[in-house]
Amino acid sequence: MRYVMSVQLAQSLDRTFTALADPTRRRILARLASGEATVNELAEPFAISQPAISRHIRVLSEAGLIVQRVDGTKRPCRLAPEALTELDQYLQMLREALTRNYHRLDQLLAKQKKRRESP
Amino acid sequence: MSKLALTTEGETHVVVKRRFEAPPEAVYRAHLDPKLLRQWCLGPEGWTMPVCINEGKAGGKIRYEWANGKGGGFFLTGEILELEPPHRIVHVERMHLPDPTPDNHVVTTFVADGTGTLMTMRMSLPDAATRKAMLSTGMEHGMEASYARLERLSGWKTAS
Repeated sequence: MRYVMSVQLAQSLDRTFTALADPTRRRILARLASGEATVNELAEPFAISQPAISRHIRVLSEAGLIVQRVDGTKRPCRLAPEALTELDQYLQMLREALTRNYHRLDQLLAKQKKRRESP
Repeated sequence: MSKLALTTEGETHVVVKRRFEAPPEAVYRAHLDPKLLRQWCLGPEGWTMPVCINEGKAGGKIRYEWANGKGGGFFLTGEILELEPPHRIVHVERMHLPDPTPDNHVVTTFVADGTGTLMTMRMSLPDAATRKAMLSTGMEHGMEASYARLERLSGWKTAS
């Protein structure tokens, strides 16, 4: 049971990280932090089409970061309050630090290899 | 560039997997040799490691100090428990923020994978109080704006 839960948590974290990896989506979240907005309102500051914004909104919604309600023909979005836990933040911080560390280690190992191979 | 896999295991552990294009001997050494550690084990951009002690033997001490050049810094101390060159490092570490966090028991393994190495690092997940301390120290300075945004979102969440 515990194992199943951890897999689900891992999958949900992966969706969260993927959703947060895109700068446009982070800007949408930042905008929603100041209150509910319609898709049109969200599209306004961006030089991209409304279908493109709608795609971003779908990714954020599937990651559980935002929720949409139906209001006539409009679908206002708001942040899902339970979306970002302290655990998510910690893991995101860890992931960023390790990604940079290991990228530097890749470069160091490549340099060592070159030195070994050069006469 | 190889992709980092980060997963949680139960409620108490984090498992990190990463492949490197170098033999296990080289990756293992990069995790113990201070000269090499200082070149890569730095976290966010802009940080350096002015003090890097790793005695590189079972029972040996570890002390890493990081600084961001703007007055921010923290350090980590630890002990090496077991070494099986070039395949396994078991050590314990704690951050000083400045109060020491609970011990993080870390097992790192290096397995040959073709011409490269698959590294697996299994470590303890800090408790909620420790996570809060880690998030609120200098550790996040220099992180990308994305992280600052996460903090703001979290502030919004608390306020709601």
